[in-house]
Amino acid sequence: MSVKVSMKVNGKPVAADLEARTLLVTFIREHLRLTGTHVGCDTAQCGACTVLMNGKAIKSCSIVAMQAEGADILTIEGVAKPDGTLHPMQAAFKENHGLQCGFCTPGMVMNALDFAKSHPDPTEEEVRDSLEGNLCRCTGYHNIVKSIMAGARAMAGKP
Amino acid sequence: MHAFDYHRPSNVKEALALASRKDEGRYLAGGQSLVQAMKLRLSSPTDLIDLNAIGDLKALKAESDAVTIGAMVRHAEVAASSGVRKAIPALASLAGIIGDRQVRHMGTLGGSLANNDPAADYPAAVLALGATIVTDKRKIEADKFFKGLYETALGPGELITAVSFPVPKRAAYMKFKNPASRFAIVGVFVADFGGKVRVGVTGAGPCAFRQADMEKALAAKFAPESVASIKVKADGLNSDLHASPEYRAHLITVMAKRAVEAAMK
Repeated sequence: MSVKVSMKVNGKPVAADLEARTLLVTFIREHLRLTGTHVGCDTAQCGACTVLMNGKAIKSCSIVAMQAEGADILTIEGVAKPDGTLHPMQAAFKENHGLQCGFCTPGMVMNALDFAKSHPDPTEEEVRDSLEGNLCRCTGYHNIVKSIMAGARAMAGKP
Repeated sequence: MHAFDYHRPSNVKEALALASRKDEGRYLAGGQSLVQAMKLRLSSPTDLIDLNAIGDLKALKAESDAVTIGAMVRHAEVAASSGVRKAIPALASLAGIIGDRQVRHMGTLGGSLANNDPAADYPAAVLALGATIVTDKRKIEADKFFKGLYETALGPGELITAVSFPVPKRAAYMKFKNPASRFAIVGVFVADFGGKVRVGVTGAGPCAFRQADMEKALAAKFAPESVASIKVKADGLNSDLHASPEYRAHLITVMAKRAVEAAMK
């Protein structure tokens, strides 16, 4: 069965005829060709596929595209300014060397963006808690935690 | 994932009508268990009836004697609700440690109960608080809802619309979680209604159950030492690569003790 799906992705209205079983991440990567959203485990463990749906972090491999019908989706491609200026959270990852191979980074950044909205000055423990759904197989968590703490403060305009 | 037909009813009546016409149809709530099961082809419904557009299932009402939560209310919403945090803080904090934050943004109360995963968190609270599960047809007492492994009292096409939780005097939930999946290896919810105590255990058996010996001991005296010496039998408890039945039996006592301590704070 094919279905019509329409949503906003990174501020742009998009629509398509899809097979009903198309996952949101498949729609994002293969139909919209936004390949910054990664598929790591495909079993909802790793969080590399994290995007924001109506401002909230979700795993795009765990829902079918139709569950995002009418929603506002933000992927890693929509985070920096159009002129390439990094978002403060991205800048914090760069500054603090919060990535090694970089595969998990888009999911980490997307989850952190949502988390930082409610935690303008998070503790290390809060950040580690917030990363329960994101895995880094380089195990570079230490600098990821540092990056998110710095990024959250930067987003809140704190030094 | 096998192909299926997708439906998006806008009210409960439409959802029920669809379900009655589709023998192998399934309701889709947050999809955090169902979509994964479909990807693994453990579940292959012919039709998915998506409940996301039904506003009536998303109400949350916290009153002084009961908290009523719509079936489609997300775990994150329960965790953040000031009404739930005030009336039954233990229920809000349980919702806040289900899965991870991405899962909590999608997963729903109704979906969790209908799925009845043996290691899900909510069933422990539903049993310990003596909640009532409201469906399109009837009201089901918590004690009659959980029937076995992934098995509930729900009939074909029956839809959970809301769950009503009585407000206890004090309560707490303690979970010994699997560090990778965050599911409960054992979770114990203790609720004191002033002389009447209920203890709900999840993760340990084929489905959540009450622990009568502990309830009796805690009703006599609500203190950690009342349960500390109770030895739970390992017969019939779950065995998997994470824990043996004996280990789970031991954890029930440890988690119950910690839950009582937390409830007294």
